[in-house]
Amino acid sequence: MLLESKNVQYTHPGQKTLLFPDIKLYDGEAILILGKSGSGKTTLLNLLAGLLSPEKGTVSLAGTEFSKLKGQKLDLFRGKEIGIVFQKPHLISALTVMENLELAHFFGKKKGQNLDKLVAELGLAPKANSSVLTLSEGEAQRVSIARALANEPKLILADEPTSSLDDENAKNVIDLLKAQAEKIGAALVIVTHDQRIKSQIPNFIEVESL
Amino acid sequence: MNLIKLSWKYLIFRPLSTGLNVLLLAMGLAIIIVLLLVQNQFEKKMTQDAAGIDLVVGAKGSPLQLILSGVYHIDFPTGNIPMEEAKKLTRNRLVKGMIPLALGDNYQGYRIVGTNHDYLKLYETEFEEGKEWEVPFEVVLGSEIARKSGMKFGETFEGSHGISEGSHDHEDHPYRVVGVLKPTGGVVDRLILTSIESVWYTHDEADSESVAEVKSDSLSTITMAEVSEEPKIHQDKFHSPVAKTGFPDTDLPREVTSLLIQYRNPIAAIQLPRQINSGTSMQAASPSFEMSRLFELLGVGVSLLQGLAFVLIAISGLGIFIALYNSLKERKYDLAILRAIGASRIQLLFLVFLEGIMLTFLGAVLGILLGHTFLWVVISQNDQGVVSTLQAWIFLKEELWVLGYALGVGLLASIIPAWSAYQTSIAKQLTKA
Repeated sequence: MLLESKNVQYTHPGQKTLLFPDIKLYDGEAILILGKSGSGKTTLLNLLAGLLSPEKGTVSLAGTEFSKLKGQKLDLFRGKEIGIVFQKPHLISALTVMENLELAHFFGKKKGQNLDKLVAELGLAPKANSSVLTLSEGEAQRVSIARALANEPKLILADEPTSSLDDENAKNVIDLLKAQAEKIGAALVIVTHDQRIKSQIPNFIEVESL
Repeated sequence: MNLIKLSWKYLIFRPLSTGLNVLLLAMGLAIIIVLLLVQNQFEKKMTQDAAGIDLVVGAKGSPLQLILSGVYHIDFPTGNIPMEEAKKLTRNRLVKGMIPLALGDNYQGYRIVGTNHDYLKLYETEFEEGKEWEVPFEVVLGSEIARKSGMKFGETFEGSHGISEGSHDHEDHPYRVVGVLKPTGGVVDRLILTSIESVWYTHDEADSESVAEVKSDSLSTITMAEVSEEPKIHQDKFHSPVAKTGFPDTDLPREVTSLLIQYRNPIAAIQLPRQINSGTSMQAASPSFEMSRLFELLGVGVSLLQGLAFVLIAISGLGIFIALYNSLKERKYDLAILRAIGASRIQLLFLVFLEGIMLTFLGAVLGILLGHTFLWVVISQNDQGVVSTLQAWIFLKEELWVLGYALGVGLLASIIPAWSAYQTSIAKQLTKA
């Protein structure tokens, strides 16, 4: 068992308590978290990423119950073991593509994977030393995926990665995420309301507000 | 990649804002540096040059002018005093030592000062080459003059009448360089020293007949046979050794310009100036008193400049604060991303602080360089006078304080932005869209 969440609960201030279904994933497995807007699926992603700490319940990754970690330890654990692809690329615009990826190594305090190879695999080689301001939207997203993969995490989380893409690109991105997750033996969790992805990743859970 | 590199990338990502802030800070610091350098060197020079001189006596006039002309050789002399009256002072029991000075001529703007060998002892001068003057019209050059004019041992030159450049030349009496002094860093470097007799004889119109002899050859090689009866008197006069200490002997009513006096005991400080000021036609002025009065007057200007410098620095501090604070708004995502890929709160705090500190460090280094360069330009524009004796590339330890002060400004300006970076909530920033 690589990723396991049990009885995770979280309450946003002034809102109903959210109780999330349990998740169990093995190496290389993928799962979709589906749900309507406002159902709390993004909250679940934050909990799985260690960006929020659950009120009750536990989340553990490869035997580490990181929902109990705090502060710097949690930050470092996240940097080393969890790669997050956000809905928007959120690249550091003062840096080049390569420097953005190097940041992951620096803050994660991990050698991670060879960045030249990674950049080449994602078709970003010609842009490696350009400013991220010169990238197209699709390229920027691939850089943000590369950044999530740079430290060879055990868990890859993606937040609505396909929401602004056409069918073909959406398929490519999911294929890319799946292939990379399998390659490095990571669990892949994608939060989405995009029904197109279901054909590629049949495994899913649904979050509903109670 | 590391925090320093990342901060640097952020800085150069906004070149205009960074440049403006660095420049503002540098300007403020440059003013402080110039003030520091000038104040430090002036004060040092002023004390050094006035060391061993307790009182200056000269013609009545402005006491400050008397000090400036008599000790520092900046201003014009207040006039001359009769030597007979001056000589009386030597018998005063309150006077330990006295050095007479006779001014009146210059060479390319450098003053020719008639005095005795005690003046050399007063400033503890050493000779680069040659020795003291022995007969009239032998001179010893200060190091700066020797360097700038390129005159060497044994060369001759003609003095011009007056204290400053541009008056008519005394073609009748060329001076001969018999010695060059080692640099002292003091006023002597800018002076041409000779005997009082030289200054007197230059101005004796009666001596005009002796032009031929004096000009034709160097003084010592003229043989007695070659000169006629009448100029022989002058010949003797020009060849006889000058007074090495005290006043020269003369039968004529002669004048000197000022006297540098050393007190015998502390009581002299109280009694002597009063005795001279009320009992004679001369005036006495104390260098330490007059200089502290001068610095008091200059102090207003200095504080004004200092105030301006601090305002500039405060504005640049504010500029840095605003730049960091504004950029933080767009940087919230960046900060959240950094947290998401493993950065701790402390690291983000450091990141913002580093940016502020690097900005001010750049400003400080540029400011120090600018300050020195500015002084260098001013000095190179003034090749004579006091300003030219300043040195632009001396680095004071006070400049480290300036550096520290600048970094303090950077630190202060970064506190609020850094704290707000520390507080950034990643989950809210990244997933609220």
